[in-house]
Amino acid sequence: MDFGKTQISFSEEQAMLLDAAQGMCADLSPIDQVRSLLEDDKGYDENAWRQMVDMGWTGLALPESSGGSDFGLGALVPLFESLGKSLLTTPLMSTVLAGECLRRTGDVGAHAFLEQIAAGAKATVAFVETDDWGAQHLDTRIEAGRLQGSKRHVADAADADIIVIPAMSEGTKVLAVLSGNQIDAACRSKHDVLDATRRAQSITLDIAEADVTVIAGDVDRALEETQLIGALLVAAESTGAAVSCLNTVVDYLKTRKQFGKLIGSYQALKHPSVDILCAIESSKSLIYQAATELHSDKLSRDARIACHMAKSKASETLMFAGDRAVQFHGGMGFTYECDAQLYLRRGLWAQQAFGDPMHHRKRLAALILDAE
Amino acid sequence: MATQQQLENFRQDVAAWLQANKPADPGFLLPQSFMEVGSEQQLDFLREWQYKLWSAGYLGMAWPSEYGGQGAEPVFQSIADKEMSRAAVPIAFNVIGLGWAGPLINDVGTEEEKSLYLKGILTGEDIWCQGFSEPDHGSDLGSAQCRAERDGDEYVINGSKIWTTMGNYAKYMILLARTNPNAARKYDGLSFFLSPMKVPGIDPQPIRKLTGEYGFTQTYFNDARIPASCLMGEEGKGWQLAMQTLQYERGAEAGAAGGLSMVRIAFEDMIESLQGKQRDGSEVLQDPVVRDELMQLLIEDKAISIGEKRAHIGALNNDFRMALPLSTKLRWTEHARRMRQAAVRLQGSDGGLYVQDPDAVQGGFWQRAYMQSFSATIGGGTSQVQANIIAEHVLGLPK
Ligand SMILES: Cc1cc2nc3c(=O)[nH]c(=O)nc-3n(C[C@H](O)[C@H](O)[C@H](O)COP(=O)(O)OP(=O)(O)OC[C@H]3O[C@@H](n4cnc5c(N)ncnc54)[C@H](O)[C@@H]3O)c2cc1C
Repeated sequence: MDFGKTQISFSEEQAMLLDAAQGMCADLSPIDQVRSLLEDDKGYDENAWRQMVDMGWTGLALPESSGGSDFGLGALVPLFESLGKSLLTTPLMSTVLAGECLRRTGDVGAHAFLEQIAAGAKATVAFVETDDWGAQHLDTRIEAGRLQGSKRHVADAADADIIVIPAMSEGTKVLAVLSGNQIDAACRSKHDVLDATRRAQSITLDIAEADVTVIAGDVDRALEETQLIGALLVAAESTGAAVSCLNTVVDYLKTRKQFGKLIGSYQALKHPSVDILCAIESSKSLIYQAATELHSDKLSRDARIACHMAKSKASETLMFAGDRAVQFHGGMGFTYECDAQLYLRRGLWAQQAFGDPMHHRKRLAALILDAE
Repeated sequence: MATQQQLENFRQDVAAWLQANKPADPGFLLPQSFMEVGSEQQLDFLREWQYKLWSAGYLGMAWPSEYGGQGAEPVFQSIADKEMSRAAVPIAFNVIGLGWAGPLINDVGTEEEKSLYLKGILTGEDIWCQGFSEPDHGSDLGSAQCRAERDGDEYVINGSKIWTTMGNYAKYMILLARTNPNAARKYDGLSFFLSPMKVPGIDPQPIRKLTGEYGFTQTYFNDARIPASCLMGEEGKGWQLAMQTLQYERGAEAGAAGGLSMVRIAFEDMIESLQGKQRDGSEVLQDPVVRDELMQLLIEDKAISIGEKRAHIGALNNDFRMALPLSTKLRWTEHARRMRQAAVRLQGSDGGLYVQDPDAVQGGFWQRAYMQSFSATIGGGTSQVQANIIAEHVLGLPK
């Protein structure tokens, strides 16, 4: 019985990237800045986005032939861990995933879009139509000369230059690629996202086929693999957020006194804090092991196992950390002002994104327990 | 530094040797860990095996050659250990010697202590035990009361130690005893001894364990006289040596001679034990609820294994330094306990059977293994005490 790998490697380049990303995210996104964007319509700072583009982050995993730096997907894990740690959200995740999704079809038509993405165009993929991350079925279709359907939870759709719409066309899945301005305001509706650092829309589509670029190729696989990579990136982000969440808890436990003692001396708070720490250590091991297994080509069985494990664990870790963070702040924890809510909301959002822990364990079980 | 090729050749040699020399099933129950050696029969068997391992050169490889080791790079021993685990050979049972007393003597002992003790630890000739815990002082080890009074060139020991693993078989004990009951700090009244066991006035009485087996003793000291030369280090400095010993024991400090200290029980073994079992009229391994639980266990299993490798990558340990090494014992032992508990629970009606029952799954292996798992969540500092240590030393929370 083969449970996947336990090897883990971390290159000098990844270490430098981690270091640079952490510094930059901390500078760009102190907690006041995070808060100032919560109720902002756009939800992120254009300047932060530009800096990321200048650092080459949109093209980190894209091939050099498309203007990327071909660092591989493993480079994205330290990046998103750092972003998560500073709760810094921009269209980077949507954009990177759009690039992966297009690239993984193997269709040469994707090339032009990849170049735009590497150069800093914002992009997104409309992965879901329903509440089911596991759904294979698409209602959106290209038929009688028109692209019609509706999509939900389209991350960062408001600002996306490139919107990738999975759709059925003559019985097969394709990617219909649009530019953002092809979807009118009337066809967009803004979601009230629980994690207020994120933005998403639902969109309805009724566009002439002649106005969209259709990317074919291995679309089923591209979508399925990209969702798994998305799950890993959310796991990396969640792990980073859990680190900050635990630090927030520990700070409070070291300053707040009750019954004449620092509350951090009470084991009822101390031991669960250690449980959070241990869960973070597990998550971190799993995301970086997954980073070791991920390659630009077809995802191996080991890589799939690693992504499922990482998402399952990291989602639970952040939920647990956020949940306890609220409780351990007492009445203060119940306020909007307390940062615990930021982590709790991030945890609630992240656990569903790209499939919740049980979704991933169900797929993991099939890989592990059922004969190939 | 050994080349990859040398290491690979070595690995193949060990594997071949183990294959050829792995003892046949003796026909009686072997202990799953060094804490369960409960009969002469088991002892003789394990002693012979350890001697064979050492003679073949696969034990104490990194210890100095003048004391029975080979002065080799530690990587050789870890390869040998991995192969032993893979080949599922019996344990190298003299663990308190191999794993903690030995490394301590090797690291801070005098020349005389090294030449007196190290080789006998490796060959298995000299069995060691640990006299730290007392009936009234376990987690709070610093309050230990067992007395050692200097009398000429001897110390006179009075009091008792408890949960002494292999106390009835041991030739030597690492003993923590109070030489000064009036020290301003309780810790400063403690001294550390490399004490003989087979002297008048030392009386180890076996205690039966929850599994039904024997393995540890209460060790009574009644005016037992030991040579003053048994004092290790200085009088009043025993606490530091005891703490260092616990670092080896908890795996936070390297130096062990090697060999398996317990039977490796892996996730795949659990899956294997459930193969073909039924639940609600179909295969238990197809039950969605069971599968979800199994995957949770597997994920934790893998995460801890990966963590052992990640611990060596500095850049990936910056958020909470020392978290990995200080939490290894807590995480492995708690995980093992949960896994074994699940393995019993998933056996259906057979889950209620024990080792003597012919229908017990794998001879009651999992029932025994689950109960045995508490040896590691309690011994060597309980999980709760480990959590205190991590909270204070890694997170910086107040005492
Ligand atoms: C199989 C086995 C083999 C052993 N072998 C040896 C041996 O060879 N030599 C030896 O010296 N000892 C040995 N021990 C003893 C072991 O080290 C002690 O049992 C252990 O340190 C706990 O001490 P205690 O039994 O007195 O329990 P206690 O300290 O009384 O603990 C009782 C409960 O209280 C909890 N507790 C205690 N203090 C705290 C605290 N500060 N915060 C939170 N919770 C706390 C504990 O976690 C535990 O759940 C062995 C134990 C076992 C189970």
